[in-house]
Amino acid sequence: MSTRRLDSSQLAGPGRILVAVYAVLAVAATGRSVFQIIDRFGEAPIAFSLSALAAVVYIVATLALALRWTTIAWVTIGFEFVGVLVIGTVSVLAPGLLGLDSVDPFGREATVWSAYGAGYLCIPLVLPVIGLFYLWRGRRVTAAESAAVESAP
Amino acid sequence: MIDIFTVILIGVATLAGVLCVVLGLVGRKPEDVTILAVALVEVLLLAQVVIALIAPAAGNHPTGNLGEFWVYLATACLMPPAAIAWALTDRSRWSTVVLGVAALAIAVMAYRMNQIWTVQLA
Repeated sequence: MSTRRLDSSQLAGPGRILVAVYAVLAVAATGRSVFQIIDRFGEAPIAFSLSALAAVVYIVATLALALRWTTIAWVTIGFEFVGVLVIGTVSVLAPGLLGLDSVDPFGREATVWSAYGAGYLCIPLVLPVIGLFYLWRGRRVTAAESAAVESAP
Repeated sequence: MIDIFTVILIGVATLAGVLCVVLGLVGRKPEDVTILAVALVEVLLLAQVVIALIAPAAGNHPTGNLGEFWVYLATACLMPPAAIAWALTDRSRWSTVVLGVAALAIAVMAYRMNQIWTVQLA
């Protein structure tokens, strides 16, 4: 099978980085949102609730990538991508809608999606794109493999 | 926190992170230099724990929330052991990159810890 450029074991390699980065982001988002909710929920309840939701989705996405639950990975990573785009835009244009006083990505009310994740080096914006690309490439490889099996004599 | 120590912590974590990511991407498996670089970051973090325990008694009080600070510091302390355990069980180049990711995340967390300690209402 030397003509095939990718196989599942090759995909497993860089995929581990994705799992590691997702795990770090899941821990960061969870720690911060739990703390914000315990310490100052009243200041920005909508933003902090979204933050907690994002944290839970990151945890599920991390597990889905690690355990190869492909469908759940598609749904959670897609959800994150939509979330960072929508909430990122709202946080920049109309922070008041989220109950935020400012868009300072490092501020005490900042969440993982505020200002497109600028407080997390924009990783929340970039990571879903990489994640979706990884899933898409994995699906093409799987499809190519099954086509190869079907066409075999 | 102590300014000069914070600079050292962030600097060493960043260097260790870049070193591990680069060596991992060029295909090096986890080896002494990369694992020890991340272990050094852990040693600095443990020193930071000692500093944070003593500093308030010595008149160096955090301006932000001490609880939030400790959540960051405790989480940071768990990351090098987790990354090194990963590197020891999965002997591939990607584990070297994972070591780097952990170190870079610690650099960001140390920056944030410093902010909580020194910047009013951070």
